[in-house]
Amino acid sequence: MQIQVNGESREVKVGTTVADLLRELDIKSERVAVEVNLEILDKGGFAQRGLQEGDRVEIISFIGGGSQEPSAISFQMRTALSFPES
Amino acid sequence: MSDDRLVIAGREFKSRLWVGTGKYKDFVETKKAIEASGADVVTVAVRRVNITDRSKENLLDYLDPKKYQILPNTAGCYTVEDAVRYARLGRAAGVSDLVKLEVIGDEKTLFPDTAGLIEAAKILIKEGFIVLPYTNDDPIVAKKLVDIGCPAVMPLAAPIGSGLGIRNPYNLKIILETVKVPIIVDAGVGTASDAALAMELGADAVLMNTAIAGAKDPIMMAEAMKYAVDAGRLAFKAGRIPRKLYATASSPIEGML
Repeated sequence: MQIQVNGESREVKVGTTVADLLRELDIKSERVAVEVNLEILDKGGFAQRGLQEGDRVEIISFIGGGSQEPSAISFQMRTALSFPES
Repeated sequence: MSDDRLVIAGREFKSRLWVGTGKYKDFVETKKAIEASGADVVTVAVRRVNITDRSKENLLDYLDPKKYQILPNTAGCYTVEDAVRYARLGRAAGVSDLVKLEVIGDEKTLFPDTAGLIEAAKILIKEGFIVLPYTNDDPIVAKKLVDIGCPAVMPLAAPIGSGLGIRNPYNLKIILETVKVPIIVDAGVGTASDAALAMELGADAVLMNTAIAGAKDPIMMAEAMKYAVDAGRLAFKAGRIPRKLYATASSPIEGML
């Protein structure tokens, strides 16, 4: 059956649980959160939660980040704000 | 400095310097810089796991959650709904109820949407989160955040990643006098003197990422920030002399020829 995992289509066997999917993807369950159709699962419930055709699964974890980068600052702004380097 | 602990919602923190984990060259540099900073709180972003390339290492392989308080943030969230969702996912992935709540209002400035921030904070506090809100240097908003149950407030010094330093020390001073919870100056620090100034004003801690990660030598800058925060804290506690327009001799007149 087809499911969506982190925005991408994926074929999995009927009866696949969330724990099976994580194992298949080689992802350690203790460091992730899993959301199925916008519902966040309890960590203890991964093995019990069976997946259905068309389910939208999100597997998230922590990455490096402080706050969002000011990527949208325009070139002019950057130039105006840049101070001479030593 | 070791007995001068920062306490938020009953949790004790050793370091008054908190650091982000973004923008480093690699995880080794991240780890070394954080070690050099002495920080025991590190913020992390909540994002999709890369499922196509599993060779990518995990940040938490380098930052032991037993050694560091991992503080998930909602960076990149522009709506109340997104911020709440990311906060919930962060809690589900980790072991803590702490969240650094960001509801960003605008791409160009990354200033907080303070109305959205208050709304999101209310929802999360009701769900048992310990909400540390990233907010503007606005004393009225700071008070509102405390009134709804935030155990600390994190006002910006300047726009995220700008390195402009403390743009409005007087507003920070008013915030420090207005609310009686710990104030963590978050974002905008450019170099060590900015961090020292924040602490001299009476801030309880400083959080930074770009100032360290973006420096030519991030590990050296991390160490500089550690000293700056400690020096600023000590100076604040010691109590600075008042500013005077004219000189006051520091050597006695008596005994002169």
